[in-house]
Amino acid sequence: MDYINAIVLLLNYIFVPALAYGSQLALGAIFVTLIYGILRFANFATGDMMSFGTMVTILFTWYFQSLGISLGILPTALIAIPFAIIFMVGYMLLVDKFVFKYYRVNKSPPVQLAMVSIGVMFVTQAVVRIIIGPSDRRFFDGEKFLIKAGEFKEMTGLNEGLAIKSTQVITIVVTLILVSTLFWFLNKTKTGKSMRAYSDNEDLALLSGIDPKKIVMITWIIAGVLATIGGALYGLDKSFKPFTYFNNMLPIFAAAIVGGIGNPFGAFLGGYVIAFSEILLTYAYKKFFMYLLPESLEPNTLVQLLSTDYKFAVSFSILVIVLLYRPSGIFKGKIL
Amino acid sequence: MRKNLNVIAAYTIMMGLIILVGIFQSWNIALSIFNLCLISAVMTMGANIQWGYAGLINFGIMGYTALGGLAAVLISVDPVQEAWSAGGSNILLSLLLIIGMVLAVRYVLKKYEKSKVRTYIIATIIIAGIIIIRFVSEPGIEAIEEVDPAKTGFLGGFGLPIIFSWIVGALFAGGLAFVIGKVALGLRADYLAIATLLISEIVIAIIKHEDWLTRGVKNVIGLKRPAPYEVNLQQTDWFINLVEKFNLSKLNIITDLTERQAALNQFVIEGSSIFVKLCYSGLFLIVVITLLILTQKALYSPWGRMMRAIRDNEEAANAMGKNVVKQHLLIFVLGSAIVGIAGAMLVTQDGLFTPGSYRPMRYTFLIWVMVIVGGSGNNFGAILGGFVVWFLWIESAPIGLYLVNLTTAGLADTHFLKVHLIESVPYFRFLMMGIGLLLIMRYRPKGILPEKIEIK
Repeated sequence: MDYINAIVLLLNYIFVPALAYGSQLALGAIFVTLIYGILRFANFATGDMMSFGTMVTILFTWYFQSLGISLGILPTALIAIPFAIIFMVGYMLLVDKFVFKYYRVNKSPPVQLAMVSIGVMFVTQAVVRIIIGPSDRRFFDGEKFLIKAGEFKEMTGLNEGLAIKSTQVITIVVTLILVSTLFWFLNKTKTGKSMRAYSDNEDLALLSGIDPKKIVMITWIIAGVLATIGGALYGLDKSFKPFTYFNNMLPIFAAAIVGGIGNPFGAFLGGYVIAFSEILLTYAYKKFFMYLLPESLEPNTLVQLLSTDYKFAVSFSILVIVLLYRPSGIFKGKIL
Repeated sequence: MRKNLNVIAAYTIMMGLIILVGIFQSWNIALSIFNLCLISAVMTMGANIQWGYAGLINFGIMGYTALGGLAAVLISVDPVQEAWSAGGSNILLSLLLIIGMVLAVRYVLKKYEKSKVRTYIIATIIIAGIIIIRFVSEPGIEAIEEVDPAKTGFLGGFGLPIIFSWIVGALFAGGLAFVIGKVALGLRADYLAIATLLISEIVIAIIKHEDWLTRGVKNVIGLKRPAPYEVNLQQTDWFINLVEKFNLSKLNIITDLTERQAALNQFVIEGSSIFVKLCYSGLFLIVVITLLILTQKALYSPWGRMMRAIRDNEEAANAMGKNVVKQHLLIFVLGSAIVGIAGAMLVTQDGLFTPGSYRPMRYTFLIWVMVIVGGSGNNFGAILGGFVVWFLWIESAPIGLYLVNLTTAGLADTHFLKVHLIESVPYFRFLMMGIGLLLIMRYRPKGILPEKIEIK
């Protein structure tokens, strides 16, 4: 019985939250990696583009709520997301046309594009804050829990409860659907294959008649989809605050590089690597050992490897170690 | 003279703008803008040395700034005796352990060939070391943080004049840059940018959460000043006489004696804060001018020529027998040290250290906007960038407010759009910075004052 309690404890506090957080990071990381692989620059506006997408989702959600439309137990935001995606794709294409295209055509060095993306970051952040303000917003409605801790305890008769939020389930399901569609697209369709070819070797791809304009456009469209969904899922699960989104850029970068930048599958796994290591290393295992060990051996400290204050620092340290020992990432990056 | 006309013109306009602020808003605001412009100028000089001279991207400016600030605290605050007796020995022991750990790792690295076993040994040493250090330091840290937590709760510093911290801040920042440079400089440009950005976040996390060292988010306030205090000035005779002399014409208009005294008091209060700011301006100007002379000399020396050669073609420079790795490390350390000075200056001016206020937007990306806008590779350009961007950063709120009022003039004061826009005026500065950066990158990619190299 104690063993099951211990396992449920870990499931509740580590596995489920890390899986949801990892999915949110993974979407952002694939976004970063796609831009890096095809447009060849580090996009520092990632976090703010995601917050922009989330903001549009929130505005649509409010509109639908005012019309009285809802999905019952599911959050209204799910209907709003497709509309937000359309809006966001338009935004991405506009930004590309007016900002990034000039440097791409002129074959500017990647560093210059990264600097330009900082300009985009400033502008996007300003627009978000001017439209919706810097404060914390929750836009979740519908049923909050799939399983409540108390219900779970009653059902199984265990000491430990397992709470699963519906947003966590939505996050994981949506991520899996989205990512598998994306991989199917990249690996099986002709356009996807030409994107991979373009990322692998630009000159060869151009020689074989691949249209770079189309590739770039599709990349931005996918980026718009990923940014909106990734941002909206994070906002549903936690809450929407522009500053948090800006900060999330850092673990997202970490995930993309750990997975091998330019490699979408690596970025997908990288998201989970970062999420799990953040939570595993900062969780206090005292209760876990209390279930497993006999009373005489019970720990009297928290058995916490690092305090939760260092949550971000964990992912960055992993990144630094990976960069130093395996700059191409765990899963060998730079081929899409 | 002719050649430098654009430099002179740009600086004259900039100074004119600050003087206009003095006339229309107040001299107090103008001087505080001017002081922060000077500090920004020091930061941009540091970033410019790295980016403009050597082409190294350093997105970790925030980290070095914070370390400079930490130096100001550690130098100027008086030591907290009770905290030292409560946990000082544990902390010192942990410090020794850390040094021992580093030496052990170095020994293993030198002694054994590269292999899997070596990696495992190093990993074991580090993990074991961290666990032992935690056990040793934990009681010490707890004891220190329990010493009067509302006021101290940290070890304090050395109680020296705060001005020394400008040098120590440079040493701290340079030391960190040495470690980072050793491990990260081999990375490609954009990887280096991301790595330094993340490392600076780690530095901030440590400063924020190691309360025994920095008081963390509880902040350190009331640091010593290199300049006199306003309250003392207001009671000094020579200062009151000085203010009287300056405002004689205005004071002579008032005939009533009590009214005249009240007016004089008002002038003294205003004058004292202006005087203190002027003291800071003087100190900062000395730093800026010294650094400017040094960096200009360096830029036109054989060393500067070599740095440009390395920046423009690394392989060719390498083939000519220049040690690229070593020079990169050197310039990385030098630039970061300058940023560290700026960090210490900033805390000196504010008189308080608030780890929570170090955010990448303000301390990394804004500085980069300054460098790019001003003109990378040109010291005068970098300083000008610091001035222009900081000026806009501060003045964009009034400008934004004016624009909002202008465009929504037709709407009623209670119209929701107008109210909303007026509330969001502070964020117009981000918009301005972004648009400014994008325009400069597009139409004047070398900045307002572009780099021009002439061999003297």
